[in-house]
Amino acid sequence: MTSLLRSLGITIILVSIFVVNTKAQTPPPTPNDDQINAVARELYCPVCENIPLDVCGTQACEQWRGLIREKLMQGWSKEQIKQYFVDQYGDRVLATPPAKGFNWLIYIIPPLVILLGTYFLYRAFVTWKKIEKPAENDARSYPNQDEYVSRLEEELKNR
Amino acid sequence: MLANLGYGVLVITLLISLYGIAAAIQGARRKNTSWLDSARNAMLLTGPLVTLAVICLVVLLVNGNYEVEYVASYTSNSMPLYLKITALWGGQAGSLVFWTWLLSIFASAVTLRDWQRDREFLPWVIVVVLVTLIFFLGLIIFIENPFARLWEIPGGMIVKSMFPPSIAVLYTQTDGNGLNPLLRHPGMVLHPPMLYLGFVSFVIPFAFAIAALITGRTDDRWIRITRRWAIIAWLFLSLGIVLGSRWAYDVMGWGGYWAWDPVEISALMPWLSGTAFLHSAIIQEKRGMLKQWNMVLVILTYDLVIFGTFLTRSGMLSSVHAFAQSAIGPLFFAFIAFTFIASITLLLHRWDELKTEERMTSLFSKEALFLVNNLLFMGILVICFWGVIFPLLSELFTGQKVMVGPPYYEKATAPLFAALLLLMGIAPLAAWGHSNYKALGKSIRLPAIFVLLILIYAVIRGVKNPWALLGFGLCAFVMAVIVYEFWRGIRARQKIKGESFFKALWQLTTRNRRRYGGYIIHLGVVLMALGIIGIEMFQSETQGTIAQGEQLNLRGYTLRYDGLSIFDTTDGRNISRAVVSVYKDGKFLQELYPRRDYYYENQQQVTIPGVRSTWEDDLYVILIDWEPVSAEGATFKIFHNPLINWLWVGSIVFILGALIAAWPERDQSTVRNRVAKQNYSASEV
Repeated sequence: MTSLLRSLGITIILVSIFVVNTKAQTPPPTPNDDQINAVARELYCPVCENIPLDVCGTQACEQWRGLIREKLMQGWSKEQIKQYFVDQYGDRVLATPPAKGFNWLIYIIPPLVILLGTYFLYRAFVTWKKIEKPAENDARSYPNQDEYVSRLEEELKNR
Repeated sequence: MLANLGYGVLVITLLISLYGIAAAIQGARRKNTSWLDSARNAMLLTGPLVTLAVICLVVLLVNGNYEVEYVASYTSNSMPLYLKITALWGGQAGSLVFWTWLLSIFASAVTLRDWQRDREFLPWVIVVVLVTLIFFLGLIIFIENPFARLWEIPGGMIVKSMFPPSIAVLYTQTDGNGLNPLLRHPGMVLHPPMLYLGFVSFVIPFAFAIAALITGRTDDRWIRITRRWAIIAWLFLSLGIVLGSRWAYDVMGWGGYWAWDPVEISALMPWLSGTAFLHSAIIQEKRGMLKQWNMVLVILTYDLVIFGTFLTRSGMLSSVHAFAQSAIGPLFFAFIAFTFIASITLLLHRWDELKTEERMTSLFSKEALFLVNNLLFMGILVICFWGVIFPLLSELFTGQKVMVGPPYYEKATAPLFAALLLLMGIAPLAAWGHSNYKALGKSIRLPAIFVLLILIYAVIRGVKNPWALLGFGLCAFVMAVIVYEFWRGIRARQKIKGESFFKALWQLTTRNRRRYGGYIIHLGVVLMALGIIGIEMFQSETQGTIAQGEQLNLRGYTLRYDGLSIFDTTDGRNISRAVVSVYKDGKFLQELYPRRDYYYENQQQVTIPGVRSTWEDDLYVILIDWEPVSAEGATFKIFHNPLINWLWVGSIVFILGALIAAWPERDQSTVRNRVAKQNYSASEV
């Protein structure tokens, strides 16, 4: 019984080693064009500005797409490949500036300005309302549907 | 000879413009009509004079006078006549001449109007228009001269100069370099003139605004005079942007229509401020409010027009559109700074006089909603402006170049565009003056039911993306409101006049052009939004290399590669054209011919997609690569662009609406004055 268990154990270990080895030795599948483009479209051509790498037709970009293919074959993730390009060519290869240091301004300023505009608009409304506060049942309040049509009809009579 | 004539005429125009400014100021100071008439005549002359210079340049381009550097750079023997004429705006110097020509024509046209009622504006309108004209003339004469010729100096060196350097002989090439192949497309033939017409037309409302500030005539007269100018400027700018998008879709080969390129954004920015101005100007006309704000908007639009031209011309922000670097950047910068500071100083000087007597009385009134609309347009403008200049600031302060690309703009502007759509639905239902949420809510009920039905239908059809549902819901809402507005108007006409449905529709639209033209513009925007939602949220793509007879699949479509032919054309192109068959659910639909044109003279290639278009979608096929010897294998990229054609249909509807809104009113008595309007109660619909 003991020897049977020992044999079974050895077999399991040998099979496991074989499976692991087989797995380790299988090369990752060659990435197809769509997988390469999925990475390339998030990178911008370092030479021709404003053109994503997946649509840039220059020879340099073709080589860079080849590089992405190589890295994918080596099992690199999208983020690793993007970081590789950033290390090589700087932040300009990314579609948007990374949120750090001076770059924070690109993300902060527009919402701040819009909030400021909203605040001023709100203040203006409040001030205007205080100056002229309409009565609760102001006769000049928004016309209901019948009044709307009457108003329209009145207008059309003149045309 | 012609080059000398063209250049000489431009110099004379510059001198006449300088005289015109001096005479106008003298006329205004001394209240002397002779000086003023003389200034007016000077401005009137600029149009014909610059036209003569343009004719000279066009004749040089058409005749192939390659001793002129501009002609040698942008035309060639093989180019057809229409492209040789197009070369007028194909390069930097020619574009500036074209810009100046349009401005001079507008300057002349303005002088011909009846000035009886607005005599005090005249000298200052002349000054502002001529200062702008002089700036561009100066750039052409002293820096970017399209009439400069090529000279061969001893040693065989070729130099560019207007006048012959010592011991130099004229150098004439036998053929030119030809126009950039990307510009040889109908969209690109028409896109720059439309864009420039839009840019230049905005100078006129600005000139009247400044004249109003200088003279202290702070009523809404300047707005009434320039209302049509502003709508027409906006119409051309819109047309230019749409044509540029179509060109990008057809030629650039990225499967899209808008790449948030700095030059695209530079055209969008004055459009944004111009659109805000068109809305807020209505408030000034109807309620006498927002006088200061309208001034700010018109100043901003003018400077954004110059800034847009600056971005394209200076090469400071290189992009696919940008022209070569040149020395004109700092001059543009200085001019923008000068005009902006001068205008704002004038505005501050009149600030108190521009304070409005009228008050905003309700958060739910039409004018309040228009103000929110202005805030949203300005928000998008801030995002665009900041995104365009940020790479420069980053390089300036940190030495690090960064890219601000489409993801930034798309994420930042999408909520604001969605909010604008919502407002587009609500604002037509709101009233001027006093209003409350209950009445507004009551008006919204019917359109809201329609939205609900559309959303149920969309969910049944399998739309699960919440953002797409939101977008479709907003589009449905605006469309329902527009139809509702037309329906109520038609019903009212039928009741009063007893007209048939179609007659009532026609009369309603033609007798209230601005209002109903505006609704048609909104309808166009909704249709465009459908196209944008389709491509932005549901676009899919695939790429693969296949041998002849093999297939690629995408979204139910099958594409079979049938063959490839490579041949030369008589106009200097080498064309590689693939033949692919498109199937859907096993059924043959049609053949497509994606191709690549290689231009020998420019050593540049252009990708022309093969496109199958339906109301539902576009199948957009690009030939990426092929094996040159056997042509047995080729690489294709296929895009599936749902609803994209609604973008183009919407653009046509949009332009149609703008034309209706800009068309002169048949009956001038319909232009009511504000006082009468206020007595009429604030319930204008």
